[in-house]
Amino acid sequence: MQWTELIVFSALFLLVTVMGFLAARWQKGDTLDHLDEWGLGGRKFGSWITWFLVGGDLYTAYTFVAVPALMFGAGATGFFALPYTVILYPLVFLPLVRMWSVSRVHGYVTPADFVKGRYGSHWLALIIAITGIVATMPYIALQLVGLEAVLRSMGLNGSGILGHLPLFIAFLILALYTYQSGLRAPALIAFVKDILIYLVILVAIIYLPAKFGGWGEIFNDAQAKFDATPSKTDGVLLTGTNQLQYATLALGSALALFLYPHSLTGILASRGRNVIKRNMVALPAYSLLLGLLALLGFVAISAGTKPIVNQATGRPDTNTIVPELFGANFPSWFAGIAFAAIGIGALVPAAIMSIAAANLWTRNVYKEYVKKNATPAEEAKQAKLASLVVKFGAVAFIVFIDPQFSIDLQLMGGVMILQTLPAVAIALYTRWFHVYALVAGWIAGMGYGMWLLYNIGNPAIGKAHFAGSALPLGKISIFGWHPFGESTTQIYVGILALFVNLLVAVIVTLIAKKAKWFNGTDQTDPSDYHVDEDNPRVKPIAAH
Amino acid sequence: MPSDHKTGLRWSNWNLLLILPLFMLITPWFNMDEPRIFGLPFFYWYQFLFVPLGVVCVGLVYVKTKDEPVVTGKPDKLGVDDLDEGAN
Repeated sequence: MQWTELIVFSALFLLVTVMGFLAARWQKGDTLDHLDEWGLGGRKFGSWITWFLVGGDLYTAYTFVAVPALMFGAGATGFFALPYTVILYPLVFLPLVRMWSVSRVHGYVTPADFVKGRYGSHWLALIIAITGIVATMPYIALQLVGLEAVLRSMGLNGSGILGHLPLFIAFLILALYTYQSGLRAPALIAFVKDILIYLVILVAIIYLPAKFGGWGEIFNDAQAKFDATPSKTDGVLLTGTNQLQYATLALGSALALFLYPHSLTGILASRGRNVIKRNMVALPAYSLLLGLLALLGFVAISAGTKPIVNQATGRPDTNTIVPELFGANFPSWFAGIAFAAIGIGALVPAAIMSIAAANLWTRNVYKEYVKKNATPAEEAKQAKLASLVVKFGAVAFIVFIDPQFSIDLQLMGGVMILQTLPAVAIALYTRWFHVYALVAGWIAGMGYGMWLLYNIGNPAIGKAHFAGSALPLGKISIFGWHPFGESTTQIYVGILALFVNLLVAVIVTLIAKKAKWFNGTDQTDPSDYHVDEDNPRVKPIAAH
Repeated sequence: MPSDHKTGLRWSNWNLLLILPLFMLITPWFNMDEPRIFGLPFFYWYQFLFVPLGVVCVGLVYVKTKDEPVVTGKPDKLGVDDLDEGAN
């Protein structure tokens, strides 16, 4: 047991717990019994709060442990996280402000709310909502993986169910203050989380490379390690077969990120269009941080860091690489701060994700199918309860089912959420696609994507299914015809599935237009997409 | 500022700058070890350079399109739901 680390960690954890509970009173509206308040923090966050909130939301604890772990294990391919988070902002800059405006005029809380308003179809909205919930759940579970990596590095590495107890306690506290304070809790805690993360990574990136002979030495060590492995796709550079995979994974991930309901929650909670635009300029500061952090995976190779064996599963957990590196090379008190940064880094996104999933459940399932005339207070109550269920569902995932299952599901989640792109993102610009076409495209993309993922195996790690998201082009078969021959060039499955989705959607739309099928009623007006905060047309916040 | 009120789409040529960071995805341009800077292979520092490039591109689009006309006041045609909202 590492007492100094544990004490520093616990002190900082206590601090954010107090903040989490007090957050309910921070910038308080008239009532917390409305989703605008509980689920969107009153829709009035300014540039700074949004920067911390969205930064804390997108750059999660799992990212901070998994990306260096990937670099440690596979080399350059893990660096896709940098292009992913650089191209992200130029891609979403224009659509996000449109989404904000239309949501502000009509009081939309979730992406599925928008889809319902745009196409007048609560069935299409239900599909979008369920996709969002299913994709978000394993994401929450993965935050626990990040938190647990830290707890186990501090010596809380018990076996069996009892070994998960510290994790359970941490999450129980999180669940309670999220229940009470809603989105204000993660918004306030994000300040602490991000400041700690910046501090730790800047220190790590200056101090550690010098300790191990500088970057030149570190990259040479990494190359030597990868040369010694039998695998042909690892190395400090990309190889002939994984370059397309690298680019398409970065592109697919960037397209997918703001389709996740929790990312949109942070955007819809902001005060106005300029807040969002300024953040699109300022958020890449986190990308820089993530890129630097990724390189720590190579530092860990030079340092000879060994992943610790998870007593609950009995396997070495590469996600413990960064905590182990910090623990072995920093003085205990600073290692404690570093662990707290990662641990609190898990709480912020977990809270926002559970709120986003709860909003989807409440708005697009409960209010639509269970209790149509639910009052705003009943909606808020339902969402609070749903956020508890979602969180304990995530804990159960980790405790009772192998954490590997969450990682597999997260892999699927990225491909799934990408299939909502036509209905959510393209619909912001045009209603050209027919509502039936969007459903058909979703089914086709989802089915094809899941089937491809299922068939990706990796004998090296003993997995026959769901062993990754990289598919050799030669495996693509159109009724037995292989358009790319025997090509071993890999591509990201999500992009292929999205292509099939769009193809089917276009074909069905052309048929629908020919047959003159009714394409639902559009609640929105073209001018809604440009409305800003000072416009009289915005819907009053928390209006009943 | 060219705008098309019929479709509700607004366009500024400055928006084209948003395409520039996507060039980061062309891996053959930078998948090499040399030249190194501070020991960092070209592959890595080249991609790090795209962080400030992305910031400049998005920042320019923000600044240059800031003064675009915002929609104020209600348009002539109101949707049924807008009318409903007033009654709540």
